[in-house]
Amino acid sequence: MSEVTAAGETLTATNIMRRGRRPRFDVKHQPGFGFMAVLCVLMLYGPIVLLVTYSFNQNPSITIWTSFSFDWYVKAYHNEQIRDAAFLSLKIAFFASLASTCAATMAAIATTRVKPYRGLTLAYTIINQPLMVPEIVTGIATLVFFALIKQMTGIYGLGYLITAHIVFCIPFAYMPIRARLEDMDLTYETAAADLYATPWQTFKRITFPMMIPGILGGAMLAFVISLDDVVITVLVSGPGEETFPLYMIGAIRRGVTPELNAVATAFLCLSALLVTVFFLVTRKKKE
Amino acid sequence: MAATSSDAPVQETGLSRPELASRANDRAAMRRRLMLLAPAVLIITICGLAPLSIVLAYSWMQPAEYAGVIPQFSPDAWINLAFERDLFSDELLPNFAYYSIYARSIMMAGMTTLLALAVGFPTSYFIATRAPHRRNLWLFLITIPFWTNLLIRTFAIMLILRDEGVLNVILLKLGIIDTPLQLLFTNWAVSYGLAYAYLPLMVMPLYASMEKLDFRLVEAGYDLYASRFQVLRRVIIPLVKPGIVAGSILCFIPAIGDYVITSQLGGGKRMMLGTLIAMQFGPARNWPQGSAIALGLMIIVLIALFIYAKKVVARSNMR
Amino acid sequence: MVAGATAIEARNVVKTFGSGSEAFNALDNVSVTIRQNEFFTLLGPSGCGKTTLLRMIAGFELPTSGEIMLDGQPVAHLPPFKRQVNTVFQSYALFPHLTVAQNIAFGLEMLRRSKSEIDAQVDKMLKLVQMEPMRNRRVNQISGGQQQRVALARALAPHPKVLLLDEPLSALDLKLRKGMQIELKRLQMETGITFIFVTHDQEEALTMSDRVAVMSKGKILQIGTPTEIYERPSDRFVADFIGETNFTQAEVLERQGDEGRLRLCSGVEIVQQINSLAGIGDKVTLAIRPERIELAPHDDACQFSGTVQNVVYFGTDTTYHLNIQGGGHMTVRLQNRWGHQSVLQAGDEVGLRVPPEAMQVLKD
Repeated sequence: MSEVTAAGETLTATNIMRRGRRPRFDVKHQPGFGFMAVLCVLMLYGPIVLLVTYSFNQNPSITIWTSFSFDWYVKAYHNEQIRDAAFLSLKIAFFASLASTCAATMAAIATTRVKPYRGLTLAYTIINQPLMVPEIVTGIATLVFFALIKQMTGIYGLGYLITAHIVFCIPFAYMPIRARLEDMDLTYETAAADLYATPWQTFKRITFPMMIPGILGGAMLAFVISLDDVVITVLVSGPGEETFPLYMIGAIRRGVTPELNAVATAFLCLSALLVTVFFLVTRKKKE
Repeated sequence: MAATSSDAPVQETGLSRPELASRANDRAAMRRRLMLLAPAVLIITICGLAPLSIVLAYSWMQPAEYAGVIPQFSPDAWINLAFERDLFSDELLPNFAYYSIYARSIMMAGMTTLLALAVGFPTSYFIATRAPHRRNLWLFLITIPFWTNLLIRTFAIMLILRDEGVLNVILLKLGIIDTPLQLLFTNWAVSYGLAYAYLPLMVMPLYASMEKLDFRLVEAGYDLYASRFQVLRRVIIPLVKPGIVAGSILCFIPAIGDYVITSQLGGGKRMMLGTLIAMQFGPARNWPQGSAIALGLMIIVLIALFIYAKKVVARSNMR
Repeated sequence: MVAGATAIEARNVVKTFGSGSEAFNALDNVSVTIRQNEFFTLLGPSGCGKTTLLRMIAGFELPTSGEIMLDGQPVAHLPPFKRQVNTVFQSYALFPHLTVAQNIAFGLEMLRRSKSEIDAQVDKMLKLVQMEPMRNRRVNQISGGQQQRVALARALAPHPKVLLLDEPLSALDLKLRKGMQIELKRLQMETGITFIFVTHDQEEALTMSDRVAVMSKGKILQIGTPTEIYERPSDRFVADFIGETNFTQAEVLERQGDEGRLRLCSGVEIVQQINSLAGIGDKVTLAIRPERIELAPHDDACQFSGTVQNVVYFGTDTTYHLNIQGGGHMTVRLQNRWGHQSVLQAGDEVGLRVPPEAMQVLKD
């Protein structure tokens, strides 16, 4: 078979295929885009993988790999300051996600699958308001507001920080619950009503059980968002409320210790795990 | 009273009995809805919206010596956004320090957006052209980091960029450099960090519009003698423009107001809007000034959101 | 091969999708030669491979084996944008972000023609498809029929060697479709470009084409003028797919060259052209078009006799469904040239008279 090189030479599709030279003309293909996608994933995960790897490195030096160990995790757990900061953040996330999920569930019921009524758009806007304001602005506004209240009432405590978290967790909890409700067919409720169920019974026996995946998803998202927050937490926390982000900023300033890698990895994994479960729970089971 | 259809049995009120009943039902349903909405709406209004109005009020007051405000009217904070008062002559001079911060913020956010677009555009296109079940996996991969703590991700970048970080160590070992490069606390570090953090915000809307891309149009482009690059430039990019605009705005907004990445990767010196605001409420103890800057930032964001609503949402409704 | 007269040639083209046990031949050793200035139609049911062949000529599919020749040059390996072939897509695929005129100019711009040339050509094309008033409209602001014209103009503007049309009329309603059939034929004559038209609509194929290729299951069954295809279908599929046909069995009694003596199911013996290889004693199938049969009182000139099962009035004609003596059914269509005269009723006995040239022996 002659070498296929110059144009004008007789080329047949057969020998091209046999040589595996030229695949079908793919209209969707753009050269280099696959490379960029891989680069994008590397860019996103490179630093994270590095952090996770270091957290298991027995050698405290970042540059020398000695052996795999859980030492830093054990050390971090026994470090009271780290433990307290981590548990404080988890506590805030727990209460904030609980409260915001309740509020978001109720709001979702009132705003989904209804005939448009006056104030509906306003309700949407208010619920989504925390998403539209830059975090730093929300942070200082909350700081100023709580300072005023503290001055006026003399009441202090963790409640302020939790309340601040509830505010920005509500829109995140609201989204999956609303999405779930909108996917639910009204005919089930109509059928229940037809079978003599009162509105309350219908809600308890039909609507609510069907909403559960959405509610779970909303709660998980709210929990993750609360854990992720830095700006508002840093600005609003009162004296003695050293949450995890605050501890971490301090630790970075003081000088990085391997324990920090370990506890950061733990937080990272918790968030990633919750989001994975969130995707699995809210995944649409069509197709 | 609303007019009823003429053939309905008209009673004194002008409403038939079933209509009256349905009105009562509507009222009950409305009450129920308001009760359900109350917790979410009240908490956001009180702890989200009310504080913003306090910020607005504070921005027109005088700063107290040790944080807080003196409740006396003063436009100084707003004037200071553009001018500074000469200490001796009381003249108003351009506030160049602030100008450079605005310029840097806009430039950094712009650079971030461009960087995210440069990486995000090919990535979203690549994802959108995979088999459907693969797409979700890719999207999942791209979004996961977005849901993890920003400070932790920033910290992870620091591990790479520090003087004794991975990059410098590798370069030193290879003998390419003798002394560690200053990578951290540079504009590049901040830009990279911002793009890294907000890349998923670019990819999601881009992907959404590329997923809807009609590849028969791409085929038509090739049929009409357009090369790969021409098809990209003349067919694909114009068609996914709403996604490009949406992604850019969604990426620009958090970037311009960013605090965490700028303060960690930029060090204290590279001031941007976010860090400037935080400084006014922290060490500078000038709450009115911080309030005014914060509101200025919010105005920028609202304008961006307005453009988004006009250009993107309106157009997607039209199609 | 006379290169000057051939526009497109497919040589032993095979296209296999999938692999292993799921492999399936979309095109099974297809060879066809399409002449210049010809209105050529690929006709067949969906899944017959006609669109695959069209996309292969356009450059969107690669043959598994075989070659496509455009103007005597092999093009199977060329990407679509390097072939002087344009397509009118089934969905039109007009660019929604461009105006009518910009859509038409697109191909010329890609070919880097001069501005003045592009403007002149766009004007010419707009005039050709009578869309001048719409030149600055967006494509989503014009009707389906107008979009069709713009799609045609856009594909014709670069003056391709071959224009491919992928069921372009299927989205139009009946009235517009009829108009466009005439329009397409006019455009083809005026521009002198080879048209390759893909359709599953036999009426479109018969009314517009110079030649038609009937396809089924990846194979071309017959190529011929519309008359040949209709009057002389080569096999049962072609006869059945195009128009209505009665099939009846016959036995070969004698054979002399191409002529043979056949015994019909009614017992009547006839002498017919037999092109197939059927030998004495073999069964062959005869195809008879319903409108070629005459109904008469039964006599010796009739080849069949039967009983009327029902009578269906269609306005222009009336259809009679008959049970044939000796087995089978036949449909007879009579034109109501003098109005509908319902002489016959269900249950009546009639004779069927078929001119010999209306009986086509199929190769089974």
